[in-house]
Amino acid sequence: MTIDVETAVADAHRREWAFVLAATVRVAGDIDLAEECVQDAYARALAKWPMDGIPVNTGAWLTTVARRRALDVRRRDVRFDRLMPMLAEPDVPALPEGRNATIPDDRLRLIFTCCHPALSDEAQIALTLRLVCGLTTNEVSRALLVSESTMAARITRAKKKIAGAHIPYIVPSSEQLPERIDAVLSVVHLVFTAGHTAVSGNQLVRRDLVERALDLARMLRALLPENRGVAGLLALILLSDSRRDTRVDANGRLLLLSEQDRVKWDRAEIVEGVALVREALGSRPPERFAVMAAIAAVHAEAPSWDATDWDEIVGLYDLLTVVWPSPIVALNRAVAVGFARGPQAGLDAIDELSTDPTLASYSYLSSSRAEFLRRLGRYAESALAFEEALAFCENTVERDFLMARLLETATLSEGS
Amino acid sequence: MSEYLILIYGDESKLSNPSPELMGKMMKGHEDFAKNHGASLRGGNALQPTGTATSLRETAPGEFVVTDGAFAETKEALAGYYLIEAANLDEAIAIAKGIPSPNGGLEVRPIRVFD
Repeated sequence: MTIDVETAVADAHRREWAFVLAATVRVAGDIDLAEECVQDAYARALAKWPMDGIPVNTGAWLTTVARRRALDVRRRDVRFDRLMPMLAEPDVPALPEGRNATIPDDRLRLIFTCCHPALSDEAQIALTLRLVCGLTTNEVSRALLVSESTMAARITRAKKKIAGAHIPYIVPSSEQLPERIDAVLSVVHLVFTAGHTAVSGNQLVRRDLVERALDLARMLRALLPENRGVAGLLALILLSDSRRDTRVDANGRLLLLSEQDRVKWDRAEIVEGVALVREALGSRPPERFAVMAAIAAVHAEAPSWDATDWDEIVGLYDLLTVVWPSPIVALNRAVAVGFARGPQAGLDAIDELSTDPTLASYSYLSSSRAEFLRRLGRYAESALAFEEALAFCENTVERDFLMARLLETATLSEGS
Repeated sequence: MSEYLILIYGDESKLSNPSPELMGKMMKGHEDFAKNHGASLRGGNALQPTGTATSLRETAPGEFVVTDGAFAETKEALAGYYLIEAANLDEAIAIAKGIPSPNGGLEVRPIRVFD
């Protein structure tokens, strides 16, 4: 029984946290107070559910308790209303009664507040993980690889800005939506990429972050079903994640796309992702995440590395360069050119980018050059480029891979 | 007669959590100032700290980059100001975008309200 309750509370934390907090912020008028009340509601669930039973609608139960608590605090502290009036609705909606009472879904308001462009990028990600995903400050700090005190200060500062500058707790108007949704998608994508290839450390993938990103993308999809950018991002995450079991071998060694066992790719995720890509590409011009997802879909649908349609991929990168110009996109395009038209063409395309200051310390530029040089039989130059890549790479799994390649090319270079 | 804008600068690390003594001294000082120079005063406000500021730079006609924090000036100097009333930061930013700011930018900083 107790185990059931603990599981139910943990499950409600994972699934309902954003819903409960978002609905409580509206009544509390202040994020800090709302957080306290929601934490309190979860603590009460642990105490009450063993006696009263697990409610059918756990989210509604938690929301009712948290909102009632917020109202109590506000009634007791009349001065609070004068100090913190900005996030509150002019009139507090009545508490829902009974099991089937509907509570307005405020999660979009919460997400748009956390991803407001007037907050720094770091603050947006931290707030999203803390408030929308319900991670503790300690968990957020570990996820984003900063100290807990730095993260606590960052979150406090961001909340002060929301209150002090009166960042509204609303869903943006339809004319502001495209710009604002892009900020939200960027945050979710950053959470995903931080998990998909951990910047440093001895694990390639941070599964916890990948799952949070997937949860967030699914939540956005449910809340904004018509939005093609959302469809594109969810597709991109699903298609990239479908390869999760094949990216390293049994010994933790990095496996390239060409070496991965495609039978082990997650078919269900691929099917769902590909269907979303079709839908996402419907807008003209397409959203950047839709194009990125389309590239991932070409890989996902290729039966083998050799059967990959590289011309299609180069064409999609050309399109991506138009809708989302960036040095990283240009580099990926150059690599695709190498696979479509041969290593010399790839090398030429990469060398055109080598003067870009953004890419100067990017290990993937050096490692891609090194790969094409290796394939051209220019082993000494290749070894040098692998050495350069190692100098800029901090992920242990990736470093091991680069080191193996360096040894291989250095040996070949001596032999030739 | 001419009009002048007097700008007040301060070390935020010392002003963010002032001791009651410092706070009292400052309030008294401003009250005295207002009494002594009431005839010359056209208005004045305390600003919220730079942590609440939002900056805008126009990168292409009608396209703004919105960033957290005070306007980081390199060679730009303070060139003018508007005092506006808006429902929230979104509305304030939307209004600010109508202000011409070639070769520079804008900082939207909330006014401090004392209770």
